[in-house]
Amino acid sequence: MESLVNFYLIPGLVLGAIYAMSATGLSLIYGVMRFAHFAHGELLSFGAYAALVAVRGLGISPWAAIPFAIVATVPLAWAADRAFYAQLRRSLPAVLLISSFATALMIRAVLYLGFGPTPLGYGLGIMPPLVWAGFRMQRRHVWIILGAAVAAALLHLLLSRTRAGRAMRAMADDPDLARITGVNVDAVIRLTWAVAAALAATAGVFLGIDTELQPVMGFNVLLASFAAAILGGIGRPWGSALGGLMLGMAEELSSYPLLDGAALLSPAYKTGVAFAVLVIMLILRPQGLFRGMG
Amino acid sequence: MEQAALYFATMLTLAGVYAALALGLNLQWGLTGLMNFGGLGFVAVGAYTAALLTAPASASHLGGFGWPWWLAWPLAAVAGATLALPIGAVALRLRADYLAIATIGIAEIVRLAVRNEDWLTGGPLGVPGIPRPFEALGLPWGQFAYLALVAATVAGLYALAEATAQSPFGRALRAVRDDEEAAQAVGKNPARLRLQAFVLGAAFMGLGGAMLAAFFKFMGPDALDPVTATFLVWVMLIAGGSGNNRGAVLGAIAVWAVWAATDWLASQLPGDLATRAAYVRLFLIGLALQLILLTRPQGLIGERIGQR
Repeated sequence: MESLVNFYLIPGLVLGAIYAMSATGLSLIYGVMRFAHFAHGELLSFGAYAALVAVRGLGISPWAAIPFAIVATVPLAWAADRAFYAQLRRSLPAVLLISSFATALMIRAVLYLGFGPTPLGYGLGIMPPLVWAGFRMQRRHVWIILGAAVAAALLHLLLSRTRAGRAMRAMADDPDLARITGVNVDAVIRLTWAVAAALAATAGVFLGIDTELQPVMGFNVLLASFAAAILGGIGRPWGSALGGLMLGMAEELSSYPLLDGAALLSPAYKTGVAFAVLVIMLILRPQGLFRGMG
Repeated sequence: MEQAALYFATMLTLAGVYAALALGLNLQWGLTGLMNFGGLGFVAVGAYTAALLTAPASASHLGGFGWPWWLAWPLAAVAGATLALPIGAVALRLRADYLAIATIGIAEIVRLAVRNEDWLTGGPLGVPGIPRPFEALGLPWGQFAYLALVAATVAGLYALAEATAQSPFGRALRAVRDDEEAAQAVGKNPARLRLQAFVLGAAFMGLGGAMLAAFFKFMGPDALDPVTATFLVWVMLIAGGSGNNRGAVLGAIAVWAVWAATDWLASQLPGDLATRAAYVRLFLIGLALQLILLTRPQGLIGERIGQR
């Protein structure tokens, strides 16, 4: 029981929180701009490395570097939108998808140039875990889960209580209706990028704290993020967040030794779980658990 | 002089393999509008199928049947098609971008399987000793003969792709791509047409993998990477002109020439700079793709419907 919680449930929750933040951004972009943003993983990586620069330059902890990561990543997303996506807004979604894919290659190349392919760390050091009656939890895991919860609460307030957030949801529901009722489309698009990039950058720092930094770290969670967004119904931020949590748990639990000590699935195939979930969803319920946009 | 000729033959052989991949992608994306971002998966399945069938017997991986290439290569194409069938059947019914995501997934699974299933693929050690057709002729003629074989295969694939594009089937594929509802209204079955195009394109990629494995004489998990096996092919097709088979071949040769030339230039740089140059190249493929999409979305030669 303790090992189930310590080694499977808690890491699953942490991974799920990271997926949730990434998938929610993807889902928002999809809702407002109607395309699958393939450079999202690279936004995660970029945020993680931006925080690394702050950690090394200012000697602060990676938690304190999260604002720096956000401040660096949001303008990057705006710049990519201005330079490439805005020009292609009237093209087919497929063209935007390919363009975002090219953006991903460019950002990844910059990270490789700046930091090289070797995995790096924030040098956080080893802290004793919190222990309670046989249950152990790493402090960093506590903070990651709390951080994701705060991000979710802030996003909920933005989407439900502010005019800008309501405009975003209006765009996602019906772009033409939103336009003729006076929604400032460009401002909504800028805000969407800012929110999605801030979530991605934070998720990237969390991922860097939990594991290590590599230029492909974000691309490695892209598939799972898409799977989570589709699982929750693409275009539905809350669905995506829940989808992310479920997927993170499923991935970790998939290697639980349920049958006489043999893992359900070899841990080498853990990343395949996202794909399996994706395929099952596409067969059984392509609109997602919470009926996303078709 | 002979060195230069051999180098040139190597580059042309690889350009031929890329032309096969670009023709396959053109059937899927150019003609039918299917986004396949998992080219690597189909190439790898074809490459390993051919490798295991033709390599000499070995205890470190399955097979090593020592079959002749002309028996193994068609089966590599079949293997690529077989991988495409279930994934296409699931993902093609739905939105176009779901296929892009699902194909990335299938490529990842193939990569994981290749690395971890030692009994089948030899795991990280890979499959060594794959015979290359005509190598008994020695250097340089064996290599020239192999180039001729690749060129002939690509010519055959081009003829097949061109016949497909000109046929009523090809017109139906374009109709599905451009206006699914209209195609359906005149009695076409979009889901089936898409699946057929997807499977046919994947067979081209499988055959490309077989040609690559025989050329390398080795196949292992690091012999293929997504940048060259998937993304570069997209750049080639979009640069050349998607929807146009000649564009696909032209794009493959032109982009490969640039890629190989910059590779050669980078290798002249001292150690650390050479690795950095590889990243500059990665940046430049991304930028080139963006610029083509923005300024010349139809590519070097765009699609020409109804003319040859």
